[in-house]
Amino acid sequence: MAKLRDIAAVCKSKNAGPFELTIDAVFADKDMFEKVKATGVICPQLFVDLYGVKEEDILFTVYDAGLAFKATLPRLVSAGDLGDTDVYGAQQHAPLLEVDVPI
Amino acid sequence: MAEYRLLSTSGILGYGFPEDSIKRGVAMGVDMIGCDGGSTDPGPHYLGSGKTLNSRLAMKRDLRLMLQAAVAEGVPVTIGSCGGAGGEPHLEVMADLAREIACEDGLSFKMATIHAEQDKAWVKAQLATGKVKPMRNAGTLEADAIDRAERIVGCMGPEPYMAALDAGAQVVLAGRSTDPAPFAACAMRGQVEPAPAWYSGKMLECAAAGAIPKGHDCIHVTIKNNGVICEPPNPDKICTPMSLANQSLHENASPNFFQEPGGLLDTTDCSFDAVSDRAAMVSGMRWTPDDQYTVKIEGAELMGYRAITICGTRDPMLIGQSEDYFDLVREATATKVEAMGIGRDEYQLLFRAYGRDGVMAEREPLAASPSHELGILVEVIADSQEMANTVLSVARVSTLHLDFPGRLCKEGNMAFPFSPSDIECGPAYRFSVYHIVEPKDAMEMFPIEYEDVRN
Repeated sequence: MAKLRDIAAVCKSKNAGPFELTIDAVFADKDMFEKVKATGVICPQLFVDLYGVKEEDILFTVYDAGLAFKATLPRLVSAGDLGDTDVYGAQQHAPLLEVDVPI
Repeated sequence: MAEYRLLSTSGILGYGFPEDSIKRGVAMGVDMIGCDGGSTDPGPHYLGSGKTLNSRLAMKRDLRLMLQAAVAEGVPVTIGSCGGAGGEPHLEVMADLAREIACEDGLSFKMATIHAEQDKAWVKAQLATGKVKPMRNAGTLEADAIDRAERIVGCMGPEPYMAALDAGAQVVLAGRSTDPAPFAACAMRGQVEPAPAWYSGKMLECAAAGAIPKGHDCIHVTIKNNGVICEPPNPDKICTPMSLANQSLHENASPNFFQEPGGLLDTTDCSFDAVSDRAAMVSGMRWTPDDQYTVKIEGAELMGYRAITICGTRDPMLIGQSEDYFDLVREATATKVEAMGIGRDEYQLLFRAYGRDGVMAEREPLAASPSHELGILVEVIADSQEMANTVLSVARVSTLHLDFPGRLCKEGNMAFPFSPSDIECGPAYRFSVYHIVEPKDAMEMFPIEYEDVRN
């Protein structure tokens, strides 16, 4: 078992336009990426659980060429709108860091 | 198959790049020099206010080096989303800078300015056709929202740039554009096929973001045999297959599908291969033209005037009941400002508690385990700055002094770091239009003006 924070090379979030947030976990080598992929832990349901969004609102991609997983979700409010806490969406990745991956 | 060489100077014009990088990039051979000038990423303020994202001085520094190099080499300069948001005031600042630099440095060129700001009546006519569609999560566009918008811009594709270049412009300054447009336009005019032309634009629009180590810098692209070869001119940086692949993740909903004006760029089957220890090539991208040309429109509206104050608490009794306490402050503030004639529906009072959920709001999994101190940002948005200031002043006093259950800190609940503590923030905007329209062609929304700059 390993925390994602200890095995990922990159774990980040950013706006994908003002109405969406995109979260990436990238791995440094193919072995680790394939191991993580085989566990099935990083999947749309994970983002349902971590971010409280509906599965149908998640665009999820396993990006083999980049050794990465990508999830795009709706922002709580559009960037800069009333009550927004993160205009760039750059600090919404942290819950992913603590995910246990059974490898 | 044509070979075409492009140089992008930085991710956004005005972010800066080493002067040595543009010199080295030009020495690698260039058929164009370009830069993306904008983004929605810094939020709605710039589109709403008409102000530029980067300072005039920062943009002038970058533009000067680009114009000097382009005139010396006899190649075009194309700049998209001028001034950040790409509206009329933003484009005008850039055009002024180009004239100013040309005058100071004795440069001459034919300049095109391509306008992206949209007439509200035109947008309403589009709405009336029933063909306006929201981008994901943006909601339905209402006619009222068009009226309320401070400014609406269209995100142009490469075609207006190509028209300007065909007309002999050497310097093309364009309003809001899809980020790859200034590059894809030049490549397609250079007989490159749409798929690698668009992909090169994707790589070039963020300049050295696809290189490692990260940092604002130039990127050089050579397109040959439908492959897009990226190499940073700065000898301290390299592009690797992985650094390029990962750039596809940046600010995109999907790394595989990119809807652009006029078609879809599909990168699902791309290969990423090293061509040297400093350069890597992407190939295998596909372009599928759309039956109907589409353009994204962006608009921002005023939501009010903002005033804020920042304070913190170290009191465990207060930290343990922070949300209830904010409700007490809201109520006390409402009662006091009502006495001044300001109704509850005339302002919004918001609290952010840093150390609790100030960053992630309702998505914060650890909100129930706050830290030993909380940073509090008190925010008021109201219809006028004076009203925002007034309500904030009352809210600040209430936040400091209001009684709460179990209170021992009878002299004050908050540490305020500054005097004065209240900060006027001016007008606050929100994105109110983020939709897709169907113009009759790629040019309809984007008129071009030409000017001979002679010195």
